[in-house]
Amino acid sequence: MSPLEDRDRAIVNALQGGFPITDEPFAEAGRELGMDGAEVIERIARMMEDGILNRFGPIYNAEKLGGAVTLAAIAVPEADFEAVAETVNAFPEVAHNYARDHDFNMWFVVSTDDAGRIAGVIAEIERATGLEVHEMPKIEEFHVGLRFEA
Amino acid sequence: MIDATDRSIVVATQQGLPLTTRPYHAVAQRLGLEAAEVQERLARMLEAGIVRRIGVVPDHYALGYRGNGMAVWDVADERIGELGRRVGGLDFVSHCYHRPRHLPEWPYNLFAMVHGRDRDAVRRRVAEITALLGQAAGAHHILFSTRILKKTGLRLAD
Repeated sequence: MSPLEDRDRAIVNALQGGFPITDEPFAEAGRELGMDGAEVIERIARMMEDGILNRFGPIYNAEKLGGAVTLAAIAVPEADFEAVAETVNAFPEVAHNYARDHDFNMWFVVSTDDAGRIAGVIAEIERATGLEVHEMPKIEEFHVGLRFEA
Repeated sequence: MIDATDRSIVVATQQGLPLTTRPYHAVAQRLGLEAAEVQERLARMLEAGIVRRIGVVPDHYALGYRGNGMAVWDVADERIGELGRRVGGLDFVSHCYHRPRHLPEWPYNLFAMVHGRDRDAVRRRVAEITALLGQAAGAHHILFSTRILKKTGLRLAD
């Protein structure tokens, strides 16, 4: 089922969190997996190159760094979709943007260092696109744990 | 909150840790700090939830998760906390949030990202969640992503 070979899969499944904070963390992580540190490094590097991994390192929580994140949606007229996507993506505060199959067909995440700037960015996107931006800030987070079985 | 030294560590590592035998030493050297200090500060930020986790971030498409749907339900406000925690605990749900409705066009207030090998797998899992929610849930919908228009990580300015 998995497109990965066994030893790569072992790394992906074991190291989506809990990477050691020690002097030689790759060696320590490898001990559990029956590999030496050099093999762990080599496999992670190759999987990054191959696009199996997007990142390796600490995943930060923007809100706890004093910043803010919100989800927002726009109902974009189909004919204008590409132009609006370009306009929205040009904002550096727009971290992710997805096309989705709904009347609200464009969904993006706005992320700022400074929590006070979210509203301003949303207003600027409305001005730049001429469309209403529906802001969907989280009221409560139940779970954020991207853990994928490879 | 974090101080200026923590922030310098965030800026130096937000795109990733160096793939070298002693990655924290490499970060420390770049910042003019001791490795022990970088390690202590990262451990403290992990403890405080400022670092969510340290590890690999797989590309779910590359792992064969071709079906990725944002599933949304209209859940009774007085039950959303309890039910949201149960949905968030399911192993095929990666993110789960209570968000505001935008009536009349958007009646949904519970959001869960549901992943599967294909769209049918996602639909089956969403049906499981809908069954779990029972009478507390009214309408629901799955919004499949048709295209990634932009995807970058967190970027703190230097």
